[in-house]
Amino acid sequence: METSFAITGKGYVIVAADSTAARSIVKMKVDEDKIKELSSHLLMAYSGEPGDTVQFAEFVERNIRLYQIRNLYPLRPAAAASWIRRALAESLRSRNPYSVNLLLGGYDLADHTPNLYWVDYLGTVVEVPFAAHGYGSYFALSLLDRYHDPEASLEEGLATLRRCIDEVSKRLVVSPGNYKVKVVDKDGVREIEL
Amino acid sequence: MNALIERFSTRTSSSGVLFHARNASLVDDGLHEDDYAPQSLATWGSTAGFGNLPQGIGAPSFAMPSVADPAAFLRLHTDASSSNPSCKIKINHGTTTLAFAYQGGVIVAVDSRATAGSSIISGTAKKVIEINPYLLGTMAGGGADCFYWETYLGMQCRLHELRNHERISVAAASKYLSNLMYSMKGSGLSMACTGTMICGWDKTGPSIYHVDSDGSRLKGDLFSVGSGSTFAYGVLDQAYHWDLTDDEARDLGRRSIYGAGMRDAYSGNYCNLYHVKQGGWEFVGNYDLNDLHYDGFEGKSYAHEERTRGRSSANPPLP
Repeated sequence: METSFAITGKGYVIVAADSTAARSIVKMKVDEDKIKELSSHLLMAYSGEPGDTVQFAEFVERNIRLYQIRNLYPLRPAAAASWIRRALAESLRSRNPYSVNLLLGGYDLADHTPNLYWVDYLGTVVEVPFAAHGYGSYFALSLLDRYHDPEASLEEGLATLRRCIDEVSKRLVVSPGNYKVKVVDKDGVREIEL
Repeated sequence: MNALIERFSTRTSSSGVLFHARNASLVDDGLHEDDYAPQSLATWGSTAGFGNLPQGIGAPSFAMPSVADPAAFLRLHTDASSSNPSCKIKINHGTTTLAFAYQGGVIVAVDSRATAGSSIISGTAKKVIEINPYLLGTMAGGGADCFYWETYLGMQCRLHELRNHERISVAAASKYLSNLMYSMKGSGLSMACTGTMICGWDKTGPSIYHVDSDGSRLKGDLFSVGSGSTFAYGVLDQAYHWDLTDDEARDLGRRSIYGAGMRDAYSGNYCNLYHVKQGGWEFVGNYDLNDLHYDGFEGKSYAHEERTRGRSSANPPLP
C-alpha cells in the first residue's frame, strides 16, 4: 500500500515516497516517481486515488509555475500550502473531488527555515516536524516521536528515514519495496539514493 | 470449578465427549497417555500438554440464543469487528498490549483504557491477568471473553498442578487456551477476543505465546496486540535486542506503551508493567502516561515536544 514519509532536520526537509504503482493486486510499475518538484525549493509527495493524484499534482505544479512567471518570484512554502489547501477544499465541495493526500516540503529562503506541511484530501493542513501518509504512518509516527531530532544532520536524518522504511518492511504485510527520496535545502531540491 | 460452570452454564460438558470425538484416531491406535510422556528435559513442553490432557477438556457449554444461527444473531447485535456501530451491545475494544522476552526474562506492558464504541468506559482497566505466580495473560479485544477464559485457564492450570505434581509449562497452558478457542470457533462466543499473550517462565526458560480467538497459536520473542500495536511495534522493534539490561527492557516496555497511548485514540491513561523472572512474575509499576509525557520517567520525558525543546531546524547563515 502507498506510503510516504517526510522529516525535517537542520536546514533541510527529506521527502520519501514508495515508488510502486499498483492496480488491484498487481504491481504495474516499481519505479514511479510520486514526488513532484513544484519549484526550485518546494517538493510535494502525493498519494491517493489513482488518476486523481497525477492530475492534481500537475494542476498544482502548473499553477505554482504560473505564479512565478507572473510575479517574477516564487510562492514561499507557507503560501504554496495555503493555495493547495484552498484548491483541495474547493475540489472537495465539487461534483467530483480529488482524493489526494500530500506532504509538502519546502525550504523558505527568506527565513532559512525548512517547512513541512501534512495535507489530506479533506483540505486539512498542519505544519509538522515530521509526517507520514498511508499504512506506514501507523508504524512510523510513534517511531519518529522517539527518534526525530530537529537539529539532525542530513546523514542522521537519512538514518532516521531508514529506520522508518525498515520498520514498515518488517511489519507491514503489503510493504512497498522501493522508495524515492528527495531532499530540499538552501541549495534547492535533489534526489538521493538511500 | 464445577460449581462455577454449573452456575454460569445451563449444560455442563459431560466427561470429555468432545475430546474423544476430536481425537478418535488416537483412541483407535490404542495409544495411551504414557506413550506421549516427555522423554527428556529437551523435549519438555514440546508435547504441549497433550500427553496428560485431562479427560474433561471440552469447554463448558453455554445457553445459546434460540435461533437457527447463533453466530449470525450475535453478529447482528454486537460490533465484534467494530463494523456495526448502530448495534445495541457494544463490546470493549481498543487496546495496546505488548510482551517481549529478553536475556533477563519477559517484560509485559499494557495500557489501561477500556472503550466501547467511541466512549472511554474505564481509564483504569486491568489488562494483565495473573493466572498463577508464574504465568501472566494479557487482554486485548472483548474484555469479558478474555477475562472469563483466562480465569478458566487459571483453574485448569491449577488442576494440572494437582494432578501432575508439577507446574504447567507455558506451551501447555497456551495450547490449552488455543484448543478452547478453536473448539468455540464459529459459535460466535469467542469472536470478540482478538488476541492474548500467555507469558511465563518454565523449565525451558522465558517464553511467550500469542493465542488468538480463531485458534492460532504462535511462539515468539516479541508480540504486540491491539489497536495501538502498530505504534508500539514502531518504538519496540527499533530498540529491541536480546541482551537488553533489566532497566533498559522496562524502559522500552513503558516507552512503547507510551508511544501507542499518544498516537492511538483507543489506548492510553496508564501503563501497567510486569517483569517475569525465573522466580515468577513481579509487578513493576503503574505509570500515568500523562506524567511520562510531561514529567518523564526519572526526570527524562518521553514526549517529542519535551525532548526537542529549544532545538530548531532553522539554519540561518553564520554572521
